[in-house]
Amino acid sequence: MAKLETGKAPRVRVSRKRSNESLAGWLFALPWIIGLLLFFAYPLISSIYYSFTDYSILQSGKFIGLANYRELFQDELFWISIYNTIYFAVLFVPLSIIFGVALAMVLNMRVRGMAVYRTIFFLPTLVPHVALAILWIWLLNPQFGLVNAVLDWFGIQGPPWLGSTFWSKPALILMSLWGIGQAVIIYLAGLSDISQEYYEAAEVDGASFLQKTFYITLPLLTPVIFFNLVMGFIGAFQQFTLPYTMTQGSGSPADSLTFYVMYLYDNAFSYFRMGYASAMAWILFVIIMALTAIVFWSSKRWVHYQGD
Amino acid sequence: MNTLAKKRLKSIYAHTILILASILFLVPFVWMVSTSFKPITQVFTFPPEFLPRPFQWENYIEATKYIPFWTYTWNTAVITGLSTLGVVLSCPLVAYSFAKLRWRGRNTLFAITIGVMMIPTQVTMIPLFLLFNQLGWVGTNLPLIVPAFFGIPFSIFLLRQFFKGLPDTLREAAKIDGASEWRIYWQIMFPLAKPAVLAVALFQFMAAWTDFLGPLIYLTDEAAYTLSLGLQQFQNQQGSQWHMMMAVSTLMTLPIIVLFFFMQKTFIRGITFTGIKG
Repeated sequence: MAKLETGKAPRVRVSRKRSNESLAGWLFALPWIIGLLLFFAYPLISSIYYSFTDYSILQSGKFIGLANYRELFQDELFWISIYNTIYFAVLFVPLSIIFGVALAMVLNMRVRGMAVYRTIFFLPTLVPHVALAILWIWLLNPQFGLVNAVLDWFGIQGPPWLGSTFWSKPALILMSLWGIGQAVIIYLAGLSDISQEYYEAAEVDGASFLQKTFYITLPLLTPVIFFNLVMGFIGAFQQFTLPYTMTQGSGSPADSLTFYVMYLYDNAFSYFRMGYASAMAWILFVIIMALTAIVFWSSKRWVHYQGD
Repeated sequence: MNTLAKKRLKSIYAHTILILASILFLVPFVWMVSTSFKPITQVFTFPPEFLPRPFQWENYIEATKYIPFWTYTWNTAVITGLSTLGVVLSCPLVAYSFAKLRWRGRNTLFAITIGVMMIPTQVTMIPLFLLFNQLGWVGTNLPLIVPAFFGIPFSIFLLRQFFKGLPDTLREAAKIDGASEWRIYWQIMFPLAKPAVLAVALFQFMAAWTDFLGPLIYLTDEAAYTLSLGLQQFQNQQGSQWHMMMAVSTLMTLPIIVLFFFMQKTFIRGITFTGIKG
């Protein structure tokens, strides 16, 4: 009898605690559940609907089926903006990973004054994007810009950068690379997560710096690289503030800096074609989802977790 | 070579690399500051000159009069302060619930949260604009503040990783002492998560302080503009007021630099990625 009682009593207490915990769990998560419904689920669903309508703020939506999508596929600027965006993403994302990881490794060394160094590398990220854009227009100015002045020291005739359809996108990539601080911080956190024991063991075996980098650091950093790759692609496809302020919304020269979201923004808030812009937003969503899926799928081959 | 000399040599190498790379990252920033003190005529000299001649600190005074600088600063501070408060109040609470409390639907909801991180803001932007328009919020700063109080997926994700790393024994000990779930969270877990909360707060602070697209869409009245929007006003038909623009950019960047410098250790500690697989 005694055995049964001691066995039963705690079980009742546990289940009451469980239900308390369950209630607390729901209540704690409640703000986000509301936020999810209000700021994500509702707009997501209505955005699908709007993409099938002719919707301006002045008049309510009229259902027009696939007309927006059909028009988009014939819209030259739509294709130009896709081309520009992919051009940017495909070059910028891998470059930002290579430079970001290298920079994080440099900033992870144990030397004095690291706080100052880290702040310096993070500086460009702290400069407001609008200011950054404006500063760079001027640094890249072919006549009185600093970049071409420096190239001039080495006897190199600098390109016209933002004045040319060929150089405008490389210029934007250059500018964007300067602001990889945020990704570097995340790599740094990843590096500090790698157990020192691995390096100590490798040093006992006489491993070189390169061996340690390629057999320990990089493999163990792959989860973070993966995270930044996904975030990098999402970010690159949403490129807006830099080209928008630099070109004052025009995407000039000759639409070489018209990015997808800039064109989407114009359709929505300059021409008030909310339905058309919603269709664009959905195409963007599908592209990002597809890319993310590819990255996730490939990650099984190259992402290693500590302890695996 | 003895170990001490080896160590010294290694540190010289390290500093050389760091200093060279620092210059590359510092130059554009220093350029911004130096331009902010130049007379406008000197902005357009070739080859570019580094030192302002004469040194015009009056640019700062002129710039703060050219646009309603103090009004814009106040507007930016209100939006940044309140939205950061919102994130600090909501995100750790939700993240804690995802990490430590057992309830039905928790894992499904967390998976949805990860999925939501992949949605580009542009998809939700238009319906949200129409929703806020119907609520009469367009033209006010409410659309830029209120959503933060309901949580941001990236921050929730980051904080959940952090809470997962805290030992369960703490919770169990507090429960035996009869503490309520709220007390465990507020008096034990939240204080322990401080580095991660600070990291998330700093991310939000930076994002809100420098946000451009949000204010561009929602703020219609010039009196309600933020600094990001104000900067654009230095570019106009009469030409660009580069020196003043750089002065305001410098003023705008300073508070974040100070914040980052003093918080960077906590900041990096706060973003732990053990168990990123979720």
